[in-house]
Amino acid sequence: MRHIISILIENEAGALSRVSGLFSARGYNIESLTVAPTEDPTLSRMTIVSIGSDDIIEQITKQLNKLIDTVKVVDLSEAAHIERELMLVKVRATGKDREEMKRVADIFRGRIIDVTESTYVVELTGNTNKMGAFLDAIDRSLILETVRTGVCGIGRGDRILKV
Amino acid sequence: MQLTGAEIVIRCLQEEKVEHVFGYPGGSVLFIYDELFKQDQIKHILVRHEQAAVHAADAYSRSSNKIGVCLVTSGPGVTNAVTGIATAHMDSIPLVVISGQVPTAYIGQDAFQEADTVGITRPCVKHNFLVKDVKDLADTIKKAFYLAKTGRPGPVLVDIPKDITAKKCDFHYPKTISMRSYNPVVKGHTGQIKKALQLLLDAKRPMIYAGGGVILSDAADKLTKMTRLLGFPITQTLMGLGGYPATDRQSLGMLGMHGTYEANMAMQECDVLLAVGARFDDRVIGSPDHFAKVARKIIHIDIDPSSISKRVRVDVPIVGNVPDVLDELIKQIQVSEAKAEPKALASWWKQIEGWRSRNSLKYKMGSDLIMPQYVVEKLYEVTGGDAFVTSDVGQHQMWAAQYYKFDKPRRWINSGGLGTMGFGLPAAMGVRFANPKATVACITGEGSIQMNIQELSTCKQFHLPVKILCLNNGYLGMVRQWQQMFHGNRYAESYVDALPDFVKLAEAYGHVGLRIDKPADVEPAIREAFVKHKNHLVFLDFQTDKTANVYPMVAAGKGLSEMILAEEEL
Repeated sequence: MRHIISILIENEAGALSRVSGLFSARGYNIESLTVAPTEDPTLSRMTIVSIGSDDIIEQITKQLNKLIDTVKVVDLSEAAHIERELMLVKVRATGKDREEMKRVADIFRGRIIDVTESTYVVELTGNTNKMGAFLDAIDRSLILETVRTGVCGIGRGDRILKV
Repeated sequence: MQLTGAEIVIRCLQEEKVEHVFGYPGGSVLFIYDELFKQDQIKHILVRHEQAAVHAADAYSRSSNKIGVCLVTSGPGVTNAVTGIATAHMDSIPLVVISGQVPTAYIGQDAFQEADTVGITRPCVKHNFLVKDVKDLADTIKKAFYLAKTGRPGPVLVDIPKDITAKKCDFHYPKTISMRSYNPVVKGHTGQIKKALQLLLDAKRPMIYAGGGVILSDAADKLTKMTRLLGFPITQTLMGLGGYPATDRQSLGMLGMHGTYEANMAMQECDVLLAVGARFDDRVIGSPDHFAKVARKIIHIDIDPSSISKRVRVDVPIVGNVPDVLDELIKQIQVSEAKAEPKALASWWKQIEGWRSRNSLKYKMGSDLIMPQYVVEKLYEVTGGDAFVTSDVGQHQMWAAQYYKFDKPRRWINSGGLGTMGFGLPAAMGVRFANPKATVACITGEGSIQMNIQELSTCKQFHLPVKILCLNNGYLGMVRQWQQMFHGNRYAESYVDALPDFVKLAEAYGHVGLRIDKPADVEPAIREAFVKHKNHLVFLDFQTDKTANVYPMVAAGKGLSEMILAEEEL
């Protein structure tokens, strides 16, 4: 099963390597990992997407909690939550493709944030499925570059991850 | 008053009441050594290799429950120490390792004797720090001591760049530390403890399984009290030996890969299992699938939540400090109206006595060849079962664990988790510093002892009268045993050719060496070592049966009840 694990961790040098090292040392899978400071600059928030059985996910959350710098860990996918990812896609946009690309970007509520004579950069946010759907909807041969942030997530309503 | 970083390091160690530091100097730690030189509160033990410094500090801690401290230089100083740190980490031993680092401005420049210490040690420490500002130094060292000892203990490393040891700032050593990210649980959940008690009292075939957590948390007396109150059988892991008196009738001895028949059978067949400070590792329960074939309820007391339900599903987890949880459990047992059903318990004991009567530790002894088991038995007799026994890793380690009956905790000092050859001799040194009058024996093999034999020099310098009992069979015995059993008798590289004359070697280092070839000479030689040469290091080189194997044995991946009991079953 796919799980989205959110971590509040001390914003110290090496915190990221402690987390990523834990995953590689114990053979856990990381689909994506994002990290950035929170409104409190001494704390970082990390979102990790991992796939594993319930036993493995239980061990992952326990092992993450065991890291000395970890303040809190929560498995967002245990309850209602929202996940978002940002993707930038640079595409070839010439001739008839130029209009078509604009149209598809609009359908996916993407924004074109860079324009040259022959290229667009499309900015898209949404969940992982939407990113995939967009890439499927355009002509693959027109894609020049893709860059994705990986998933970040937050609980719905009163579920709050805070110190 | 302003102090230099080096002065601060020493002041911090003094504040922590550190008496011994095991270490080896080098460029990056020269300022710290200079400050060590200027004081006499802390004694520095100069080893001959950094790995030995860490093993010695580790055994110092294992045998005393103090925090072991070592000091090494940057680069190779640290990389040499890594095996020692990993050894301590696997067995949850509280250490503070202080390492020098190249000056801050040189970090990342591939400077002389530079290594990414924090990166290299990260997977084998409880936590580590790189100190980038002298103002953080005192706080960081305080945190290191706090982290090492609280919760599930472990080694903590503090990496200090050379320029930080020269810079000055005001010194203030914090009295206490609080970290929002680290708050280990102490007390167990009362409701869970109640549930556990109910299960225990309802059990028909109860079993207690105790591990190293009992020793680490100084809970042996409480475990003993509870076990006697309940009247249940108890087994211990390799790391848990001494947590309950081995000579007591309720003790079934060690379990696991080389556990006794009765311990393994009872472990497999019990209907309620109380695990205390143990982690169901592969050498203990064998195959988890085979273990799960018998339905049983499991209660697991451990301070580390990640040890619970890791390899085996647990019914009643109790996260907490073992002695605190046992205290509560004992209290509840004492006030409880209900008692365990005596009839069921009696018939369970009858079954266990049946298993015990197979005498799975018996071995054949002739008059020509020294059996290694016999040496350990004689050591036990001569020392009255009261020695501190360190060991290296391999067959001799298992025989030591099987035949030396440990009645007290912290007497059995071995590398259980990592299985580090070369541990025994430096460990014996550490034990002796922590227990200056104690009788210390190191049971080793001719393979293991050569992995840190340079420490014979340290032993001479510090007049450490440890007794080394080398069970010399000319083979890396445990490797040979596996090759015999699982690799068609092809003894690939397990024969140790060109062995030194250990007697002469011991003498060259200024010690006493004895070579023993006949069974009849075993006991007299041990007596000679412990009585006549009481104040000297004696190297006893026992020429033992080259073909002896450790039994019983549960082959890797097999189930606990699938033991090979003797040669004839191969």
